[in-house]
Amino acid sequence: MDILIYGTINSVALALYALGFAMVYGVSRLPNFAHGALYVLSGFITWTMLNSLGLPYIVSIVLTLIITGIIGAMIYQFVLIRVRGMEISEIIASYAIGLAILEGLRWGGFRGVNYTLPAFIAGSTNIAGISVDYQRLLVVAIGAAVVAVLWLFTHYTRIGLALRGMAQDERAAMMLGIDSDLMAVVAMGFGSMLAALAAILLLPLGNVVVEAGYNVLILAIAVCIVGGLGSWMGAVLAAFLIGFAQILTVVYLGAQYQMVVAIFAIILTLILKPSGIFGQQKELEERV
Amino acid sequence: MAITTQRRKERIDRGINVRTEGIYALMSIKELSYLAAPRLVLIVGLLILPLLLPDMYWKRVITITCIYAFLALSFDFLAHFVGLVSLGGAFFVGIGGYLAAIANTYWGFPPWLTIPFAALVGGAVCTLLLFPCLPLRGVYFAIVSLMYPLFSARVIEALDIFGGTDGIMGIDGFSNHFVEEYAPLGLLLIALFAIRRLVTTDFGLVLRGVKDNDQAIRASGMNVTFYKSVAVYIASTMGCLSGAILVHIYMWSGISLFALDFSILPIAATVIGGSGTLIGPVLGCFILVPISELLRDFGTLRIVFYALILVGFIIFRSEGLMVWGQRKYHQFERWTQI
Repeated sequence: MDILIYGTINSVALALYALGFAMVYGVSRLPNFAHGALYVLSGFITWTMLNSLGLPYIVSIVLTLIITGIIGAMIYQFVLIRVRGMEISEIIASYAIGLAILEGLRWGGFRGVNYTLPAFIAGSTNIAGISVDYQRLLVVAIGAAVVAVLWLFTHYTRIGLALRGMAQDERAAMMLGIDSDLMAVVAMGFGSMLAALAAILLLPLGNVVVEAGYNVLILAIAVCIVGGLGSWMGAVLAAFLIGFAQILTVVYLGAQYQMVVAIFAIILTLILKPSGIFGQQKELEERV
Repeated sequence: MAITTQRRKERIDRGINVRTEGIYALMSIKELSYLAAPRLVLIVGLLILPLLLPDMYWKRVITITCIYAFLALSFDFLAHFVGLVSLGGAFFVGIGGYLAAIANTYWGFPPWLTIPFAALVGGAVCTLLLFPCLPLRGVYFAIVSLMYPLFSARVIEALDIFGGTDGIMGIDGFSNHFVEEYAPLGLLLIALFAIRRLVTTDFGLVLRGVKDNDQAIRASGMNVTFYKSVAVYIASTMGCLSGAILVHIYMWSGISLFALDFSILPIAATVIGGSGTLIGPVLGCFILVPISELLRDFGTLRIVFYALILVGFIIFRSEGLMVWGQRKYHQFERWTQI
C-alpha cells in the first residue's frame, strides 16, 4: 500500500518536473537544458521574497511564478532565438545558461540546510494506515489539476491551440498566421512557469539545494525520452512508469539506486523504442 | 534623390590558396614559409612555453592546460566531424583517471605503463558503455552523455568502491619535472596533427558523412554505428589519456574527476577557438585555462564566467577566433563599390 501511495506521489512529482521541459521541446524543438536551473532559481526567489522581503507566502508564490516565466521568456528572446535550429549551439547555449544560474547561486552563498520553504499546510494524515503529510497530498492534487488545466488550455484557448499547431507543424502554423517566434517565447515562458510551479510545490518537502538543478534536469529528460520527446501525455504516463520503478527500487534494492533507474530507463527506451512510448514515427527518423 | 554609394568587403584568396586547397605545388621558399609558418609557430611556441615560465606554478598550469586541450580536441572531433555532441568530457577523464589509479596502486604499474594502459583500455571501456547510445543523434546523444559522469560519480559514492568519497591516494607522480611538462605537450601535438590528418583521409570523409547524412552512409552499405564507435574510441582515448596524466600529476584520484569543469571548459574553449578547426579548441584552452587560474579565488564563479563567455561567443562571434584568424591569414580584404 505504501508503495502505491508513495509511487503515486513520486510519479506526480516527476510529471511536474517534466511538463515544462516537454512543453518547450514540443513547441519549439528546443531542448531547454536550463530547465533544472530555473527550477532551483525559482525556489531561491521564493525563499528570498519570503524571508528577506517578508512578503506573505501566497504573494511570493505568485510573484515567483511570474518572475520565473519572464526570466524564461527573456532567455529565449535574447539568447536562444539567435541560435534556433542550430542543434549543437542550442544545447550548448541553454546548458551554459543553466550552469551560469546554478553555479552563480552556489557562489552567492545559497547552500546548506537553512534554505527551506514552509509547507502550505503542516501536519499529516493517515491513509490506510500509512501517514502521509498534507503537502504530499497537495502535490498530487495540484499536479492532477495542472495536467487537467494544461489539457483544457491547449484544446480550448487561442494561445493553447496556436502552441499545439506549432508543435504539430510549424510551417503550416506560420501559414495560418501564427507568429512562430512569439509562440516559442510564450512556450518558454510557460515552460519556465511550470518549472517554478514544480519547485514551489516540491521544495517544501526538502531543502533548497543547488544540486537539485542537475537531478531535476536529468529526471525531466528521462521522463521525456521515455514518454517520447514532445509528447505531453506521453510524459505524464512515463512519469508514472519511472516513478513507480524508482519507488520499487528504493523499497527492494536501496535508495542509492534511485538515479540508476532513470538512466537505465533512458537506455532501455532508446534501445527498444527510440521514439518513446508516445513518440511519432517522424521523430524516429530524426533520432536514429 | 541622393545616391548613396554602397560598399562591400571583397575577399581575395592569397596566391597559394587559390591554386589549390589541399595539395600544394610550392614554387619558392616564400610559399614554403607561408605554409609552414603557422604550424611552426604553434609547435615551437608550445615547446618553449615551459622554458619561458619561471616558476613551478605556471609550469603546472601549462600541463593542466594540455589536459583540457585533449578534452577540447576530443569534443571538437566528435561534435564537428562525427556529429556527436558529448557534454560528458568528465566521463572520459574519470574513467581514464580511475583506471590509471587502480593500475598504479593496486597492481603496481609504473606511470609510463599506466598512462597508455588507461588510455587504451579506458577508451574501450568508454566506447563499450556509450555503445547503446550511439544510434542517437544530436540532442539525444548530448542528453545521455551529460548523464554519464554524474551517474558514475554517484555509483562510486553509493557502492563505496575505489575509495568511495575519499578517492584513491598514494599514486606515483612523474619521475622528474621535465617529463611532467613535456610528455603532455608532446602527446598533445602528436594527437592534434594526427586528428588533423585523420579527418582528411577517406575514413574521415566517412565520418563527416555520418554527421551530415547518415542515411547516405547507410545506403552506401557502410555500418554507421561501427564508424561512430571507432570515432568515440578515438575521442575517449584522448579523454582517458588526459585523465590518466591528471591523476599522476595530482597523485590522487577521486570523484572530482567527474566534475563539471572537465565537461564545460573544453566546450567553451572550442566555441571560443573556433569549432571544427581542431587547432582552435587547443588555442582556446591556452586562453581560458590560465585566465581561470587567475580567477581561482572566486570559486564556482569561474564556471559562471566560462558559461557567460560561451553564451556571448555563441551569439555574437559564433565562428570563433581560429576561423577569423585563418581568414585574415589566407585572404586579402578590401572595400569595393557596388
